[in-house]
Amino acid sequence: MTLTTVQTVSEGPPVEAGAPPGQAIEGRSPLRLALARLRSDRVALLSAGMIVFVALLAICAPLIEAVTGHNAIASNIATGTDITGQPLGPGVGGFLLGTDNLGRDILVRIAYGAQISLLVGVLATILATVVGTVVGMLAGYFGGWIDAILARMMDTVLAFPYLLLALALGSVAAEPGSRLHAIAGIPLTILVIAFFSWAAIGRIVRGQTLSQKEKEYVEAAHAMGAGNLRILFIDILPNLVAPVIVLGTLLIPTAIVFESSLSFLGVGVPPPKPSWGNMLSDAQTSGFQAWWFWIFPSLALLITTLGFNLLGDSVRDALDPRTERIFAMRRKARFVGGAAASGEAAAGKPDGEVEAG
Amino acid sequence: MTRFLIRRSVQGIFTLWVIVTLVFLLYNLGPNDVARAIAGIHATQQDLASVRHYLGLDKPLWDQYGIYISHLVTGNFGISYQNRLSVLHIIGQAVPIDISLAIGAAILWMALGLSVGILAARRPRTVWDRSATVFVLTGLSTPTFILGLLLIYFFFYILTINGIKWFVGPGQYAPFLPNPLIWAHDLILPWVTLALITAATYARLSRSSLLETLGEDYIRTARAKGLSERRVVYRHALRSAVTPIVTQFGIDLATVLGGAIITETVFGLPGLGYTVVRAISVGDLPVVEGIVLVASAFIVVANIVVDALYAVLDPRVRLT
Repeated sequence: MTLTTVQTVSEGPPVEAGAPPGQAIEGRSPLRLALARLRSDRVALLSAGMIVFVALLAICAPLIEAVTGHNAIASNIATGTDITGQPLGPGVGGFLLGTDNLGRDILVRIAYGAQISLLVGVLATILATVVGTVVGMLAGYFGGWIDAILARMMDTVLAFPYLLLALALGSVAAEPGSRLHAIAGIPLTILVIAFFSWAAIGRIVRGQTLSQKEKEYVEAAHAMGAGNLRILFIDILPNLVAPVIVLGTLLIPTAIVFESSLSFLGVGVPPPKPSWGNMLSDAQTSGFQAWWFWIFPSLALLITTLGFNLLGDSVRDALDPRTERIFAMRRKARFVGGAAASGEAAAGKPDGEVEAG
Repeated sequence: MTRFLIRRSVQGIFTLWVIVTLVFLLYNLGPNDVARAIAGIHATQQDLASVRHYLGLDKPLWDQYGIYISHLVTGNFGISYQNRLSVLHIIGQAVPIDISLAIGAAILWMALGLSVGILAARRPRTVWDRSATVFVLTGLSTPTFILGLLLIYFFFYILTINGIKWFVGPGQYAPFLPNPLIWAHDLILPWVTLALITAATYARLSRSSLLETLGEDYIRTARAKGLSERRVVYRHALRSAVTPIVTQFGIDLATVLGGAIITETVFGLPGLGYTVVRAISVGDLPVVEGIVLVASAFIVVANIVVDALYAVLDPRVRLT
């Protein structure tokens, strides 16, 4: 069954989760069911709150810069360090989270770093998910030599020591005369992360497509004379949405960690542009006396990755209640309404994980 | 089995060839003026030309590629641009550190990951299970370098400035011989860093895999026979739950052996990862190629071994 043909939603107010039995039965689309489940899930709300917090930080970065009057990039030895040239601690001299070795406001830099982390994480994930889904679907649907080539490609990419190759790519592109120099920095980082992430999604989508194409609705579509592309993108794709969304949500924190690792190693986002990774790299090279220098960027990074991981877990649970989630919290007892309809809501559980190395 | 091994080996060699070629092309995308880097800023054009000639960089790209690959096939990894040491020698010096790192970390992460996973699976939806999931999620969300920095800060910096010298700081490494105790002592923090991050995956895998097997009919049969719960879990269930863990273990071990780039960088351990980061920063292509090749080979071999082991562990799996 496809998402578009699942029970039609009737007019009138939707029944909330946990409605008493005996009330009029109303059909709800799988998407609505999933949203209702998410809303009644405290972990999902908590994780969404964490992500909203980081997103607000990113959006308000120029505002924070304007209010504090502290530039994120220019070094500020005069007012941002003490007489001996040491960074100022949190709260000293109007710097809420202290300053770094160049006297720059850590708060302002974390806020701008949030912009970069979210931008890179989300864009790289979208890119990897789209490419992975299309390639996986083509490989699974057509089979034969197309599958042989595409599956081999995915296996090859998965065998790459990705961090190593990403480092090499980043450092080559950083050379001023390189042909890749035009996209060095953030665009290249996004491309590199996407390049090393799509195959994991592609492999899972391929498996899902293999099982979907044997179903009756595909046979019916064939019988009605639908073309291959129509079957793939109109009929099969909606059934892959659930696992793909879950994989995508879980890929975001991986991509964010990937970016910060590259920046930490000096090839991701080039300084002086603030990224959490290169802030931590600065902090590491300037010793441990100024704990605020590395504790706050670390916290920002942890809140973000934890938020997305928790959310991904909840989304998986909401889209496919049959799978075992990592963080189970009394959800099953509270949610009664969607139990019957939920069985076929998802195309199946993703049988693999996308993880950071 | 033989056919399987032959087919997979051919595929693996193909994968390695693709990777080596990609890195080679990558380094020739830009000017990457190795001669200038070696000869220094005061070198004349003539000096540069002679350096290029010496390194074979004045030949056409295809010839350079052909020579490189033909040397590689005979086991000649070339000479480092930077210090003219043989690449094999450089790799040989770095590998023991990665092996040291991998041994200790793997023991720790298996012990920790499996015990947390088994504990959670035996008592699903209890406080134990919840704590295990918190452990897993924190582990999955923590970047390696943050954990490394945290450990160095609390266990080296804070303790040391208070006069307690229990742990050594970054950059300290003693070989296994003559004194394994010093070796282990110096590696504790890197081991714990790698192990805590990796254990999360194992806790999750073993929990879900064990929960699944515990629900199977033969487990009910085993319980009905009156076997002790211990025996049911450890002899019957764990045995078939172990396959996905073996897969993951093979890949993770290979990855660490091929260079734990971030852990080595944070702790200043001169293994393959640390060496390659330095080689990358000076454009030392032969060293980069050599280490990329070794690291990829570890992963490729691990994949083949793991798939073969699958068939041994689980008689239902047939190799094709």
